[in-house]
Amino acid sequence: MINAIGREIPENIAGIKNIKPYSGPFAYTPAGRLTGPTIILNKPRSEKVLKSIEQAIDATGLKDGMTISFHHHFRNGDYVLNMVVAAIARKGIRDLTLAPSSLNNINEEIIPYIEQGVITAIETSGARGKLGKLLTNGKMKKTTIIRSHGGRARAIECGELHIDVAFLGAPACDTYGNMNGVEGKSACGSLGYAMVDAAYADKVVAITDHLVPYPLYPVSIPQTQVDYIVPVEAIGDPKGIASGALRISKDPRELLIAQYATTAIEYSGYFNQDYSIQLGSGGASLAAAQFLKEKMKQQGITASFGLGGVTAPFIEMLDEGLIKAIYDVQDFDIPSIQSMKKNANHQEMSASFYANPHNRGPIVNQLDVVILSATEVDVDFNVNVITDSNGVIMGAVGGHQDTAAGAALSIVVAPLLRGRLPMVIDQVHTVCTPGETVDIIVTERGVAVNPRRKDLRDNLREANIPLMDIEELRDIAYEFAGKPDPILVSDEVAAAVEYRDGTLIDVIRKPL
Amino acid sequence: MKLRRTMMFVPGNNPGMLINAGIYGADTIIFDLEDSVAISEKDAARHLVYNAMKSIKYPCEVAVRINHISTPFGYKDLETILPVKPDLIRLPKAETAADIEEIDVIITAAEIKHGFASGSIKMMAAIETARGVRNAYEIAAASPRMVAIAIGGEDFLADLQTSRTKDGKEFHSARGQLILAAREAGIHAIDTVFGDVSNEEDFIAETIRIKEMGFDGKSVVNPRQINIVHQIYMPTTKEVEHAERVIAAYKESLDRKSGVVSLNGKMIDVPVVKRAERALAYANAAGRNNRRANL
Repeated sequence: MINAIGREIPENIAGIKNIKPYSGPFAYTPAGRLTGPTIILNKPRSEKVLKSIEQAIDATGLKDGMTISFHHHFRNGDYVLNMVVAAIARKGIRDLTLAPSSLNNINEEIIPYIEQGVITAIETSGARGKLGKLLTNGKMKKTTIIRSHGGRARAIECGELHIDVAFLGAPACDTYGNMNGVEGKSACGSLGYAMVDAAYADKVVAITDHLVPYPLYPVSIPQTQVDYIVPVEAIGDPKGIASGALRISKDPRELLIAQYATTAIEYSGYFNQDYSIQLGSGGASLAAAQFLKEKMKQQGITASFGLGGVTAPFIEMLDEGLIKAIYDVQDFDIPSIQSMKKNANHQEMSASFYANPHNRGPIVNQLDVVILSATEVDVDFNVNVITDSNGVIMGAVGGHQDTAAGAALSIVVAPLLRGRLPMVIDQVHTVCTPGETVDIIVTERGVAVNPRRKDLRDNLREANIPLMDIEELRDIAYEFAGKPDPILVSDEVAAAVEYRDGTLIDVIRKPL
Repeated sequence: MKLRRTMMFVPGNNPGMLINAGIYGADTIIFDLEDSVAISEKDAARHLVYNAMKSIKYPCEVAVRINHISTPFGYKDLETILPVKPDLIRLPKAETAADIEEIDVIITAAEIKHGFASGSIKMMAAIETARGVRNAYEIAAASPRMVAIAIGGEDFLADLQTSRTKDGKEFHSARGQLILAAREAGIHAIDTVFGDVSNEEDFIAETIRIKEMGFDGKSVVNPRQINIVHQIYMPTTKEVEHAERVIAAYKESLDRKSGVVSLNGKMIDVPVVKRAERALAYANAAGRNNRRANL
């Protein structure tokens, strides 16, 4: 079948039940009820702290064919996922579905367990490096499912993604299971992605390298959701978890893109007192923070809230009073983690609060402006953030779909050329975010406004930025780099890309 | 009015930089075949610049800094580059009018050979020695192709046996003489580069200083410096409004065929009108560039 953006979606995809083609950002109306974990009896002074991960695996009753989950707040410093999968393999348990909120290069260590059949299916936001290659090459028994952060929260809450056991790395945890992410040597800040797993998994295991006496506060994930606690030597490498303060780029091309993007915001009609903003952590969107700050100061404008993906430049805006409050699902650097710990205006939120389209109101629906990155975009404004120029998975959908759909103004920044590759093309290889939710594409050579947004195009006329049609941008890119040949793919579907509402927006076929 | 507030050097042997040189809003880009290119790379740079100029449409004035004609590379540079018609040839280390005259002859021949309009390829020269400073006027006036003279930095300091200071004393006398020579010859005076890109504070101070001395612009080595210079050269709103009133009064007096121009009861003479035109030219250019206002 052909979905609403013209992508061919097979009628049958191995391992995916009830295939619904994407039909528009808000076209699908869900029905039914939320799911929930099993209920249990908990007697006074019961002991939750166990000696080892193996003991926890036994205690949870993990069996062949079940689904396990993890959060990716430790990014490339994560030890938990690898450690737990290795322990599960030692127990001889097989045929598991792995459902982490995302995967990083460090998780390549689990590839042997995939090859041995310990893990036979993956549902996540994306993958990189060898894992990305493996998922693309159709090496899994079941089709990989790619979901946005909001889409994952939705799938968990409605039961489409049922988690049997969640193994959650806890930078700080007390002896009764209260945890937070702001203390301990492996502090990562917000535990936003883990919150949904904790609330909906049948069994929840906290794995911590900072076990503290009861009670721990503040609490990010409460004792009421945690079954077992396992203290270990280290849950991550602090260097891989969070960098020092992320700094503004010095790359003149990124600065130019950032400047066009912020000028577009300034003239868009949304740059008003109490507007709200989300910035990505990529070079150009990070640099945008700097320019936005100057414009806000010059014009005496402050923002009501900021969303993220939080970085040091955003924290500076909070500290200077330019942003009243930050809602934080993930922290990228140490200043952000420290800010969440000490600043009451810096609030932790769950992935569901952030972006789930089927709860009573995710915060993205209140968002005015978002700046997003892209791997490639096409003349229909569709954005690919997951496959590279060879059609191989090398990124993650993250909150891209969610914020693009929720924000009143979604701006996508990308260089027009990366090396010898054009980044504005006729058709992206994989659609992650549909063009109808993308308003402006900003490159170093020109800015294109989605023709659906005539109002924006009119507003930007005064902005003194190089406005052009998206086709002109494509033509410039092709003039320099030539038109790329399409990537040849087989019929074999390696991964299905869900839209945030659970419909299929595209599939990733194994390249030939 | 042609402005040369910023002339940005781009190493000729860096394809990525050649492709993107035009996007940052410099008034002039200078593809460099000289000091930023190692001797072993001279051929490659020459051909890269040739091909870039042939294939890419740059939105600004394009200059090429050739090697001096006393080196084994200078003539070859001209032979390769002139057929793609640069707007401007920049000669380094100019010391005498004869240097300029010799290149003028070569350019004239190339214009005839390739059917370019006579005089359409301009020249500028960088003065980088004490001898060059002494001959600055002769160099500036050596050819009708000459549109600017610039002061070269490190070579000049070496020749002067001094080094960079925070407030630029070492350049003081040379800058003064250069301005006088350029003004007498009726061409632009361009200041030297400021290499420490991360030191914005001193760069701003130096640019303000040279603007006050009368320089028309500055050589830059990084796109991040462009907008700083443009901001400094941008007239204030008050200056623009005054200039607009002066020009309006001037036009009105022309319409009335009156020889006397007055504004608010004050007489306006020709230099004031000239200054107003200049202010408006800078304001217009800044308007074109104000999208880069925060860089």
